[in-house]
Amino acid sequence: MYSTRGCGGTEAALDALLEVRGLSVDFHTPRGRVHALRNVDLSVPRGEIVGLVGESGCGKTTLISAVMQLLADNAEIRAGEITFDGRDLLQLGEGELRSLRGDRIAMVFQDPMSALNPVLPIATQAIDIQYRERLGKAEKRRRAIDMLRRVGIPDPERRIDRYPHEFSGGMRQRICIALALSAGPDLLIADEPTTALDVTLEAQIIALLRALKDEMRGSILFVSHHLGLVAELCDRVSVMYAGEVVESGTVRDIFHRPQHPYTQALLLCDPARIEEATRELPTIEGEVPSLIDLARGCVFRPRCSKAFARCTVSPPLYQAAPGHVARCHLLSHG
Amino acid sequence: MSAQTSELAPALAGEPRTALADALRRVVRDPLGALGSALVLVFVLSAVLAPWIAPYEPNAIDVPGRLQGPSLAHWLGTDNLGRDVFSRVLFGGRIALTVALTAVGLSLAAGILLGLIAGYGPRWLDNLLLLLLDSVRAFPVVMFALAVITVVGPSLQTVILVVVVTSIPAYARIVRTQTLSLRHTEFILAERALGAGVPRILLVHILPNVIGPLLILASMEIPVVITIEAGLSFLGLGVRPPTPSWGNILSDGYAFIRNTPWLVIAGGIPVVLTTLGFTFLGETLRDVFDPRLRRD
Repeated sequence: MYSTRGCGGTEAALDALLEVRGLSVDFHTPRGRVHALRNVDLSVPRGEIVGLVGESGCGKTTLISAVMQLLADNAEIRAGEITFDGRDLLQLGEGELRSLRGDRIAMVFQDPMSALNPVLPIATQAIDIQYRERLGKAEKRRRAIDMLRRVGIPDPERRIDRYPHEFSGGMRQRICIALALSAGPDLLIADEPTTALDVTLEAQIIALLRALKDEMRGSILFVSHHLGLVAELCDRVSVMYAGEVVESGTVRDIFHRPQHPYTQALLLCDPARIEEATRELPTIEGEVPSLIDLARGCVFRPRCSKAFARCTVSPPLYQAAPGHVARCHLLSHG
Repeated sequence: MSAQTSELAPALAGEPRTALADALRRVVRDPLGALGSALVLVFVLSAVLAPWIAPYEPNAIDVPGRLQGPSLAHWLGTDNLGRDVFSRVLFGGRIALTVALTAVGLSLAAGILLGLIAGYGPRWLDNLLLLLLDSVRAFPVVMFALAVITVVGPSLQTVILVVVVTSIPAYARIVRTQTLSLRHTEFILAERALGAGVPRILLVHILPNVIGPLLILASMEIPVVITIEAGLSFLGLGVRPPTPSWGNILSDGYAFIRNTPWLVIAGGIPVVLTTLGFTFLGETLRDVFDPRLRRD
């Protein structure tokens, strides 16, 4: 299974379903421009699950909002391109985008408690979502029931007429996944879909996503700050820090041979990987930099234990191994 | 407590229940709601059935029999032209109902449209509409009514126009506020992520979330509209005589208040009862629809 992954960056780019190149996004705020994303590259190959990890506020949600073209009104895309299945999303009109959303790219949100309309029964929402299909209402309802059964909702024939508040969090997230998958999208973007759920439910949702990926033959962009989940579920991982993708590679590369000091520090801080008993959890020294007035050079430099003179110059993406890149000058020697 | 458990029972048994039927049941169970519903029902039925249940033709003049006291023949007596007051009260209810329904319906529709546009549209349009709505709201109703009546003359349509224009801001503001708070919720974002267009988001997803508070406001507005109509007609600025309206009945009776007070009483009591009925109903609806009261 791992054999297909050794391909180099350019070959991977050819078969990418979603390809983000050099994306920079600013937010206009009363305190100034926030450079939320800077020169971000991200590639989601067909049929693979790509993990996007990083701390809160590092730009994960901005990146997927940009991919969905659902950025807030005060956002501005400064540079870059977002190619989905050969088409640059930034060049498409709102109508063309709408025909992609839901149909080819779908999204599951973080909080299943607020991602469903509270005043409409599930049936109404599940039937309404199929507005693209030229089918009768009974047929749409039957398809909705099928979808709910597929994501593991017991007794979907009767449950479909219930309101969202009558379901538990895990069940609601399953419903959200069912709604997102109802049109059979090529790419499913899951924005921290398990953060609001407890650990047992998390495992169930992860198992469900994996099963659905095999079944639907699509790609998944899985956003999370939970390293364990990413290691378990994903084929490839991109690590984000302060609005940049600092490292990306296969799961094995990132977890066994992390190149960027930030990735290394992040892995050291993962409670699940700590072997000795300690009183205090390890943390990364320092704070995430303000994205308004960015210093020149590497974004991680102020917190990096390995920083040296060249770090005042912004590092490019160095290739550590085929398909494994990191934004750190340390790699220029090796 | 027991009432609530018995209401939950069908839901637990898996019986699909509609929110509307549930709400209606809760309104009728509340004593104030039951009283309000009964008063409203009497008002609506008497207005609709007026041509069949009125004992006399409301405009039939019988000068020799003028200013009679209440009797079996004339339940509420006769007025200064000998017209049967009971029949006139029934027909006056028709006017009140017509004004209330058309005025509230029209301002509800216009308010929803403007509120959705202001709440979901671009910022500048929102500001423009708010300025417009606030200007209308800042204008005293009676002044506005007088101005309009001076220009187009008093009639039933004028009354409705005045009421519609002056009550649009209240509806539009509620819809706008709700829409603003809903437009950035995750489920609306989820809908957009699934490719829903603006009309679909507004009509399928936002409107059902807004309609509860609007219905409450509408039921609270109906008595206001009825009193505005009665007030304008009383001042001779509303429905033209001899058409029977509660305001006209009051106005006719006012001249004879010393000797024959029942004219004023007969014209005033329906206004009071209908107003109370709709207010009670509105208050109960508010309690029923308020999610915070609904939880426990």
